[in-house]
Amino acid sequence: MEIPYNVEARPDTGVYNAKLGVWLFLASEVMLFGALFSSYVLLRTGAPPGTWHHGREFLNVPLATLNTIILIASSVTMVMSWASLKLNDFRKYRMYMGFTLLAGVGFLIVKGFEYGHKFEVGLFPKSNIFLAIYFTLTGLHGLHVIGGMIVNGYLLGPGAKMWKTEPERFTNRIEVAGLYWHFVDLVWIFLFPTLYLL
Amino acid sequence: MALVDERVAHGHSESHHHELGFWQKYVFSQDHKVIGIQYGFTSLCFLLFGFSLMMMMRWSLAYPNQPIPLVGKLLKASGGIIAPELYNQLGAMHGTIMVFLGIVPLAVGAFGNYVVPLQIGAPDMAFPKLNMASYWSYFIGGVIMLSSFFAPGGAAQSGWTSYPPLSDIAPTGQTMWLFGMLFLIISSVLGSMNFLVTIIQLRAPGLTWMRLPFFVWAQFVTSFLLLLAFPALQAAAVLQMMDRLAGTSFFLPSGLVVSGQQLAVAGGGSPLLWQHLFWFLAHPEVYVLILPAFGIIAEVIANNTRKPLWGYRSMVYAVTFLGFMSFIVWAHHMFMTGMGTVMSTFFQTTTMIISIPSVIVLTALIISLWGASIRYTVPMLFALAFLPMFAIGGLTGLPLGLAPSDIHLHDTYYVIGHFHYVVAPGTIFAMFAGIYYWFPKITGRMMSSKLGQLHFWPSFLFINGIFMPMFIQGLAGVQRRLYDGGASYSHAQPVLHWNVFMSISAWCLALSQIPFIINLFWSIRKGQKVGANPWEATTLEWAAAPSPPIAHGNFPEVPTVVRGPYDYSLPGASQDFVPQHQPQPQEA
Repeated sequence: MEIPYNVEARPDTGVYNAKLGVWLFLASEVMLFGALFSSYVLLRTGAPPGTWHHGREFLNVPLATLNTIILIASSVTMVMSWASLKLNDFRKYRMYMGFTLLAGVGFLIVKGFEYGHKFEVGLFPKSNIFLAIYFTLTGLHGLHVIGGMIVNGYLLGPGAKMWKTEPERFTNRIEVAGLYWHFVDLVWIFLFPTLYLL
Repeated sequence: MALVDERVAHGHSESHHHELGFWQKYVFSQDHKVIGIQYGFTSLCFLLFGFSLMMMMRWSLAYPNQPIPLVGKLLKASGGIIAPELYNQLGAMHGTIMVFLGIVPLAVGAFGNYVVPLQIGAPDMAFPKLNMASYWSYFIGGVIMLSSFFAPGGAAQSGWTSYPPLSDIAPTGQTMWLFGMLFLIISSVLGSMNFLVTIIQLRAPGLTWMRLPFFVWAQFVTSFLLLLAFPALQAAAVLQMMDRLAGTSFFLPSGLVVSGQQLAVAGGGSPLLWQHLFWFLAHPEVYVLILPAFGIIAEVIANNTRKPLWGYRSMVYAVTFLGFMSFIVWAHHMFMTGMGTVMSTFFQTTTMIISIPSVIVLTALIISLWGASIRYTVPMLFALAFLPMFAIGGLTGLPLGLAPSDIHLHDTYYVIGHFHYVVAPGTIFAMFAGIYYWFPKITGRMMSSKLGQLHFWPSFLFINGIFMPMFIQGLAGVQRRLYDGGASYSHAQPVLHWNVFMSISAWCLALSQIPFIINLFWSIRKGQKVGANPWEATTLEWAAAPSPPIAHGNFPEVPTVVRGPYDYSLPGASQDFVPQHQPQPQEA
């Protein structure tokens, strides 16, 4: 027996199953990053005056700005890829999804460069409590980026076959993957000022 | 009942369509019923294992430094004596296993998976593949936890709460505890998301929110708690993992001295941070343990009193309110940490407020008994025992929620008595009620009532024998987590004799579970065969065939719900129950 509302929206709730599912999952993710941001606040406010290290002492703000621009751009291309499918243009979908994936790779390369530089000059998570929370938060965010890229890569490659058989369901998948991708982007928008600027 | 006969008639022809292989059908199954049974079996095994750890601890408490019989042969190094280090491992793992691997998977994974889709008239859970992933993630987490006993230095030994700095510097077993916990959290988050989508999206036509069986409401609120509270522990586990593996000092303050030596870490961390993150999960977790129990008890009581639940709406509003409040009471576990009186005042106020909805639910259940001609079935016996037992557990919690009395009682056996009354004769009795109640749905056979009675009465007696003296010891100031049960403290001497009494009660409680285990396996093959609705119940799960077919949906056609969940003894009806999908009472 087919599970109802897998593709079409349930009339009284207005959503299909996966869309509701991903929103609930994101709520849980908000709590995860919320807990870590709260930890940052608690550790920083609890530090004796003058002992807290600031991000600008160690971190490269221009590179992080570049990464912010890359991620925001990828969010835009992600929406465009979904919109292309809605307009029945599969070729454009592949192009925009390709851009999104490429932007993810770019973000990771810049991040890897930043990490590598820190390690070279002897800055590790154990060096001080600021770097500890910096590496934990950006590391966990990086894992989320990688997770999103795996999903996007699947939807660009083998998963795209579904467009031929169930176009509506496939479009929904892009929407759901997009919601997750925007969330990952949004986390970075909070991470950037918190860690680099404040 | 026409629905059922049709189902049985079609059962054979349908099952020929696409038969699944053994592995897909019974091991890597995506069917909610099989996954529910997998959860049930695994979690019952973990409950038994966690109980065995406790029985070893009880030996050490009653007869400290004496070789333990039977299992003593395994402890060659210490000559059969339970050393303090081993006692700490047993204590930490007993708590972890009972809460995270036993009761939550049984209450949510097993009962939720099996019953919720049936009660809302759905063919399966919304995401069957995620459901399977959720079970196997739980299974892997459990295996990691169990194997941590063989790690160098043994399993986790910093209590089930894993408070740093102690846990930061504990042996390898603690790292495995954290990894195991990550798997369990992933399992819970996936599972709870699945339940929420299932309940919101897959309700049968006509099944409006106020027509949902109370059990579904309880699972609904529980899922929200799991979804939103567990990530805090996930964050905490990641931070502790960084402390242990990457040398950070999130939970290690500057200048910490261990064994006379200052730790070579950067410092600047806060042990209290862990406690905040941990209890942000673990207080909602307490309600995760009790809400499904409320749900089961409500179903059993409505069915056996043959009356609608008294105050169904109030109960629904109460559990919803309870869910919200449970997120802002966590620091009542931390009155002794020196976090300040302003914080304490806030959290004891919220704690007093949260006791109100629990009392509403309990009161509604007790009033439901009023004037009923009660059927004293085995599930009903457990449900009736639940009410006073949970009341004792809940009411003894009030002095702990108020800072002045908590200062005296904190970390004593009074605390152990309090929460064990909530979860052992409370939740676990509700789980037993649920097993006896839904067993005929799962297998098509009844469990033996005689063996059930033989299980219930001694269990009821001995479980009180274990936990009641804990209040006496706790009020006398005997502290928890002592491997000798307080023998080395002079203030504990007047109440020390209770240790032997409690330990013998615990071992007798173990013996009382033998009729249950025999009953469970015997009834699968030899139990009395029954039809789809042996308890003459009203909710939708009883409209499905007994032992509903695997992987072919639950109902031959989607049932349409026309009435509330508990239309028992409806005036004008020919029978004393009218199922939710039955249009006219006269037809019944």
